[in-house]
Amino acid sequence: MSILINKDTKVICQGFTGSQGTFHSEQALAYGTKLVGGVTPGKGGTTHLGLPVFNTVKEAVEATGATATVIYVPAAFGKDSILEAIDAGIKLIVCITEGIPTLDMLIVKQKLIQHDVVMIGPNCPGIIVPDECKIGIMPGHIHLAGKVGIVSRSGTLTYEAVKQTTDIGLGQSVCVGIGGDPIPGSDFISILKLFQQDPNTEAIVMIGEIGGSAEEEAANYIKDNVTKPVVAYIAGVSAPTGKRMGHAGAIISGNKGTAAEKTKALQAAGITVVRSLAEIGETIKKYF
Amino acid sequence: MNLHEYQSKQLFKQYNLPVPEGYVCNSIDEIQDTLAELSSQTNAWVAKCQVHAGGRGKSGGVICTKDFNEIKQFAEKWLGQYLVTYQTTSKGQPVNKILIEKASHIEKELYLGAVVDRSTKRIVVMASTEGGVEIEKVAEQSPHLIHKISLDPLTGPCGYQGRELAFKLGLSGKLINQFAKLFVNFANFFIEKDVSLAEVNPLVITDSQELICLDAKVVLDDNAMFRHPDLVILRDTTQEDERESIAAKQGISYVSLDGNIGCMVNGAGLAMATMDMIKLYGGEPANFLDVGGGTTKERVAEAFKLILSDKNVKAILVNIFGGIVRCDLIANGIIDAIKEIGLTVPVVVRLEGNNAELAREILAKSKLNVITAKSLVDAAQQIVSVAQ
Repeated sequence: MSILINKDTKVICQGFTGSQGTFHSEQALAYGTKLVGGVTPGKGGTTHLGLPVFNTVKEAVEATGATATVIYVPAAFGKDSILEAIDAGIKLIVCITEGIPTLDMLIVKQKLIQHDVVMIGPNCPGIIVPDECKIGIMPGHIHLAGKVGIVSRSGTLTYEAVKQTTDIGLGQSVCVGIGGDPIPGSDFISILKLFQQDPNTEAIVMIGEIGGSAEEEAANYIKDNVTKPVVAYIAGVSAPTGKRMGHAGAIISGNKGTAAEKTKALQAAGITVVRSLAEIGETIKKYF
Repeated sequence: MNLHEYQSKQLFKQYNLPVPEGYVCNSIDEIQDTLAELSSQTNAWVAKCQVHAGGRGKSGGVICTKDFNEIKQFAEKWLGQYLVTYQTTSKGQPVNKILIEKASHIEKELYLGAVVDRSTKRIVVMASTEGGVEIEKVAEQSPHLIHKISLDPLTGPCGYQGRELAFKLGLSGKLINQFAKLFVNFANFFIEKDVSLAEVNPLVITDSQELICLDAKVVLDDNAMFRHPDLVILRDTTQEDERESIAAKQGISYVSLDGNIGCMVNGAGLAMATMDMIKLYGGEPANFLDVGGGTTKERVAEAFKLILSDKNVKAILVNIFGGIVRCDLIANGIIDAIKEIGLTVPVVVRLEGNNAELAREILAKSKLNVITAKSLVDAAQQIVSVAQ
């Protein structure tokens, strides 16, 4: 059994008939994800990619029994779509949308806690259990079913870590992109907790970046709760203060949230931190 | 997106937050007209350079005087010039506007601020009796003097929270309710305008026991600007790095740096990691650049032009992880873009992912000044050596 999703997870797509929703739904279906329908308000009753389209998430859940949703709507509708999914009883939300206002996420976060719903993202590649289920925009073919759990704030850096762990033959148990926003639905700690419980995950790669203190909090958590080996990488060692580095959450403010601080906290917790992105694979291999 | 002090104060007024009587002037003529209108008043006035940076007072960008000639001289000195503070680059920020405000009779200086706290996932309002100084220093040296209230996202600010802060600040009499109202208005301003950081430093108590927001610093959430057309127009691009402004218009994430190796990367995380790799192998990156998901020929060409507009750039490293997009298509896009803009500086390309082998062959056959890297490390070593 893998964490959060498996080959039987029934998934719907919000923003199903849009260009992003269409493209990535085709990819997900080709990968074998059990995508059972989609939601586009006003297009209910039609079919798209051979699957039923519904007007509301509630109708989609009632008709298909879906427990997970993937959201590809524009940022302005992000909060509304997430709250609709929570209200419809969805238990896992994967929100790909980039650019959702931070204050919208504060409200969303409270609702997620109240209703005990897990959300991955926003502004993330999604989640994949290789050979079972892919929910998101990651390229499926670089993955290999295996032993390493990967959690990351960055999409492309997740792919780099995936490629390296595939190339050395270890493969991945599950990869979770928690996203580059300042207020993510899931943080490192909530995913690390699942990795620790997951029998398929034997080692963990954690990819952080500048901004906030999620890595420091994760370091403390790992010290007390995680017994599996963890290799960490922090992007943005050379980033200047006060500048947003692409991701809304990647900013050093008032000398807080630097890569040096994060590295120090992780090393103090006994975690191996690699300086070079190219060394993730060979470093994790030492634990096998 | 940063606001100027005068813009922040205009917004404050909409929320009944008390600010000094003030006039913003764009030119010497406007300064003279304003001073002529104020000539009957005998109190002192404060003139402040309007730039996107703190530390103006210490750098001579603020004066307080009763002498209108001094204000005129101040304006003549600064308008059109650059103000350098500890928060700016060595070039400084251009002074295009000066704010003239009625001076207040200050009895005490407080601090009021609000931020989105990423750990608690709430807006936190902070107040301190240590106003008028750098709050970062207070936070470091005497954190117990900074009082915090966090707002429930589902209820917003409450009067009792404002009173709680007022008591912690040691306020008494009518100042307690005045502060509580100010707290609620300040928090509502923060929420309704999608602010990510707001500071009033100092918030002063005058000798007539009134609270006044003497300074104002506001940073807005760029991601929320789609729902604030009234705020978008407040953007002052003269205060921003020129290349960063151009990039923003094209939808490219770009940050100027001091080095000589231009970077073009897909993905924000990989773009940061690429800079780090360059540094690790002894080079200096000239920029952060995330070209985004759709790595088309047009986009690559735009990104090349942007990188080359920085005259320090001696070589360019292209680092693309082709996930769903095929690397051979990206390689052709890079070749077309190089030909189109007549690129002459050496380019090192590292393509990984789908069809990467084929992409390397295409680049090798192109006869352009392109070096194909076999790996991340190879790319970093090659670019550092060609940039020297």
